[in-house]
Amino acid sequence: MSEKQIHLIVSRQDGPESKPYTEEFKIPYRPNMNVISVLMEVQKNPVNAKGEKTTPVVWEMNCLEEVCGACSMVINGKARQACSALIDQLEQPIRLDAMRTFPIIRDLMVDRSRMFDALKRVKAWIPIDGTYDLGQGPRIPEKVRQTAYELSKCMTCGVCLEVCPNVNSNSPFIGAAPISQARLFNTHPTGEMNKEERLEALMYDGGAPDCGNSQNCVQACPKGIPLTTSIAEINRQLTVYSFKKFFVS
Amino acid sequence: MATSHFFNRRLHSLLGIIPVGAFLLVHLTVNYMATRGPESFNSAAHFMESLPYLAVLEWVLIFLPLLYHAIYGLYVAFQADYGNVTNYGYFRNFMFMLQRITGVITLIFLGWHIWETRVQMAFGEELNFEMMTNILSNTGMMIFYIVGVVSAIFHFSNGMWSFLVSWGITIGPRSQRLSSYFWMLVFVLVSIIAVSALFAFVNPEYIVTIG
Repeated sequence: MSEKQIHLIVSRQDGPESKPYTEEFKIPYRPNMNVISVLMEVQKNPVNAKGEKTTPVVWEMNCLEEVCGACSMVINGKARQACSALIDQLEQPIRLDAMRTFPIIRDLMVDRSRMFDALKRVKAWIPIDGTYDLGQGPRIPEKVRQTAYELSKCMTCGVCLEVCPNVNSNSPFIGAAPISQARLFNTHPTGEMNKEERLEALMYDGGAPDCGNSQNCVQACPKGIPLTTSIAEINRQLTVYSFKKFFVS
Repeated sequence: MATSHFFNRRLHSLLGIIPVGAFLLVHLTVNYMATRGPESFNSAAHFMESLPYLAVLEWVLIFLPLLYHAIYGLYVAFQADYGNVTNYGYFRNFMFMLQRITGVITLIFLGWHIWETRVQMAFGEELNFEMMTNILSNTGMMIFYIVGVVSAIFHFSNGMWSFLVSWGITIGPRSQRLSSYFWMLVFVLVSIIAVSALFAFVNPEYIVTIG
């Protein structure tokens, strides 16, 4: 029987502290599959390529249309979304690995909470709560809205951190995503009112100055966000802010 | 705390251009005088030595900024993870790696070069065309000098590119791309100047004149 098969090599790890190992799987081919649907086949029938029964591979997923950012993993050496990784476009064997920049929970599932912590650190929000009605904010010019819309596509997927040579266990760098989000809220006419607070947070160890300009982030971003433009724009804001802080205040 | 980290980083970036990068260009220009013969080089070198309050100029404009840039640069270079260049072999990622490698090569080269020239001069040896001829007639040393000098020029040129990004001057992709072309052109032209100066020191025509 010469049934077409999909050859999968998965880097697995049973727990955060366990030793990683690889396991191979052979999945019957169907047209139009993606990495998620192949992993679902493994989940339905957790038998490895040697025919041994094994535990199903663990991964995260949610929207299945590349807007949630949950299914990020390293596919054939490149960090990307598993849902938009179509089997017909991938070279076989397909190698799946977790994004090892993040702490591993199990198999392909990682803990991306450092990204949420970074968003909190750079105050990536617009404070509008008060004890009284603050009324309407300023209008957003259309051109600004278009720029902001591109930045707002960030889904905190973590791909920009995974591909960055400066984001690793030796370095406190927060990565491109939170810097770009700070730019988004500094762009917004209401958010701009708290611009200095975000810039101040970005001056700390691990902030915007720790970028080494390898520019992998902008190449890898699945949403095509101009991340390097965001970093350079924040660098400009930091230059202006620091001079003002030194000479004026 | 926030300001000091930011300040240290920006200072590292600035010192690489002014004064260290500027001195590199001055130094290479003096070297280039060697292509006009031993006398031209010796008088240019002598002019540099005869500057007033030389020790202050050397320490404030060269040694201290260079030491700061080197030590902080090593700290930065060892924070990066270079494993990902194989998976993400993009042009700028490759330049990112080269910037750090050439920085370390330049540091090793400078350590040796300063020992061999400026420190020996402090011990009483005369720094002139002949001294360089003696060093560079050794093929191994010539290769070491070419690698060191070209690394320094690459580190300067590519460093100028990233300086413009880090200070928020070239922001968009178009200006950054044009800046890449410009600084790579600078790298090639300055390298030609520097390497032709190195070869001038071992030009048989001049070796005869210095006897």
